[in-house]
Amino acid sequence: MTSTIPNNIMHFARILRRAGLPIGPGKVIAALQALPLINITSKDDVYWTLHALFVNRHAQSELFKLAFDRFWRSPDHVNDDLSLIDQAQKQRGDHDPQILPRRISEAFAELDSTHPRIIENESSPDENMIEAVASWSASEKLRSQDFETMSAAEMSEAKKLMAALRLPIPTVCTRRYAAAAKGQRIDLRATLRSSLATGDLVYLKRRAPTERHPPLVVLCDISGSMAAYAHMLLHFLHSITNDRNRVHVFLFGTRLTNVTRELKHRDPDVALARVGSTVQDWSGGTRIGEALGQFNHLWSRRVLGQGAVTLLITDGLDRDGGAGLAMETKRLQRSSRRLIWLNPLLRYAGFEPKSAGIRAMLPHVDEFRTVHNLDSLATLVSALSKVSSARREFAAVAA
Amino acid sequence: MAPITFPTTIDQTTELLRSGGYVSDRALATSLYLALAMKRPLFLEGEAGVGKTEIAKVLSSTLQRDLIRLQCYEGLDVSSAVYEWNYPRQIMAIRLVEASGKSTDAAQQIYSEQYLIKRPLLQALEKHDSGPPVLLIDELDRTDEPFEAFLLEVLSDFQVTIPELGTVKAEQPPIVIITSNRTREIHDALKRRCLYHWVDYPNADRERAILAAKAPDVGASLGAQVVSFVQMLRGMELFKPPGIAETIDWAMALKTLNARELDPATVDATLGVVLKYQDDIVRVRGDVAAKGVVSAKKAAE
Repeated sequence: MTSTIPNNIMHFARILRRAGLPIGPGKVIAALQALPLINITSKDDVYWTLHALFVNRHAQSELFKLAFDRFWRSPDHVNDDLSLIDQAQKQRGDHDPQILPRRISEAFAELDSTHPRIIENESSPDENMIEAVASWSASEKLRSQDFETMSAAEMSEAKKLMAALRLPIPTVCTRRYAAAAKGQRIDLRATLRSSLATGDLVYLKRRAPTERHPPLVVLCDISGSMAAYAHMLLHFLHSITNDRNRVHVFLFGTRLTNVTRELKHRDPDVALARVGSTVQDWSGGTRIGEALGQFNHLWSRRVLGQGAVTLLITDGLDRDGGAGLAMETKRLQRSSRRLIWLNPLLRYAGFEPKSAGIRAMLPHVDEFRTVHNLDSLATLVSALSKVSSARREFAAVAA
Repeated sequence: MAPITFPTTIDQTTELLRSGGYVSDRALATSLYLALAMKRPLFLEGEAGVGKTEIAKVLSSTLQRDLIRLQCYEGLDVSSAVYEWNYPRQIMAIRLVEASGKSTDAAQQIYSEQYLIKRPLLQALEKHDSGPPVLLIDELDRTDEPFEAFLLEVLSDFQVTIPELGTVKAEQPPIVIITSNRTREIHDALKRRCLYHWVDYPNADRERAILAAKAPDVGASLGAQVVSFVQMLRGMELFKPPGIAETIDWAMALKTLNARELDPATVDATLGVVLKYQDDIVRVRGDVAAKGVVSAKKAAE
């Protein structure tokens, strides 16, 4: 191997790393070990060798191809591209100058405030739940207001309430066991081991299946008619995403975007800023049928495979007049453990499911809930906690 | 018998797979060659029915190695994947010690290798007469994250730690093939230890070659028509596009029905072999199928 190759590989790895591929030094070393094994005069072989080592998701293949083609043409010019990538990353805003100072000034303001603050604790979700509800009853006025008409101060109070909220989705039994004093099964291994210590007397050790949350997939509408709620909902989504494992969040207007990675950032403002720059179709039209179709086609088998609960947040006002919506909703419902639809339109007393979109979707959802003020987000929590109620109880409404 | 040696070039790897009836593309052969040469696990991801599992089977038969298969499922734990103590025998041994009245160290005795039941992962680390075996960890996405974390030790150091016995390390690492249908994302820490390859649907040429290798009874003209019809289906954005396994099944089914070429009625009647979702079948049945038959015949000429 000539001496320029290690340098080139490292250079290439740096480029990929900046483009967002997770390439550690271990992979670079592996690449240097791999290249002598193949015929490096064949571009194809080198391509697939580096591909096998540097790519570990199908989605990265495209990026790798671009980078490889570019690099092979002229490694020096790639430096120009690097600066472009840098710029793009800066634009995405890891440190948005407007966000942080505001938060810092708020932090100082909080010190002067005499109001009791909501204590966030990390214990069981139920306790948090009680705490969140308790703090709501303390701020009665806020509860009865719609997000649409809230002032900035009230918004930030609501934001804090949302941050304190924890979703208690009921757990499901897994096939994994853990030691339990009153478990149904006998743990032979632990029994034998403890019998060695006690001698003549053998105490039976027991075990029982463990429980965990089912995965949660949220599909949230961010079109024009939902714009007023979007911000608040995103805060809500951010707190769930960071609260537990296995939450996937998709936003849709005219197209579908997976924002799970962006929402994983701990700081809500940074996470939201990232979501804001990733999603291209804020406050536009809605094509619910198409978005659900895209989800069913591209994502459903990847994220719903483990018995996920799907939460669909949309007002059901569809620009395409409900075309294909019934079919896609049905398919979505069949792939989910439970399909819960959260609709913010219901705030009007005389609501009737007249829109074509709503009528197409209603027969196929397992549960239909409203979200028009904070009260209803509490309803959402109870909607998500209740897995056993009758399927399609709202089917009659649409008929 | 000396074990058959690994291929030393990518071309030889392609040839090896072909001798086992597996038609691979250059990308797959490269990944597999590197996995063998660098003694690293090969992580194969792709839709169901594109021949991921088949690679391990072909490797084991062409290299004449034992195939050890670990089918993953939710709740898979150490006692069914790695090892378990043989409790009835242990209890029996304790009783025997008691009855004989000798004061031996029972603990040391019952935690020895003869009371150990070896499960696939531990078997794969053992010495095999025909050389290191092929270890197939199938459908890893079906397990949960804790098991994935456990695999890290096995895959990076090819060793397993049994608390009562010590660490078992493979003299020669097994050939590890991991497959995933991507029903969830596998953690990066695990993927990092492997070579990654996305197994895609084959193009028409390769699919015809696969069909000829797997179902030689099906005539060339029917085979070509089946392949171009299936290729058309894959372009349709169906909920579940047919895999290669479906192509082969369908060709066999048509052969069983004594069809010499595609015709709309037979296609409608046998769509269930290719498409496994009712929505997809409804979409294709009738007009789409009839048009597909016409264009498939034209393309196959």
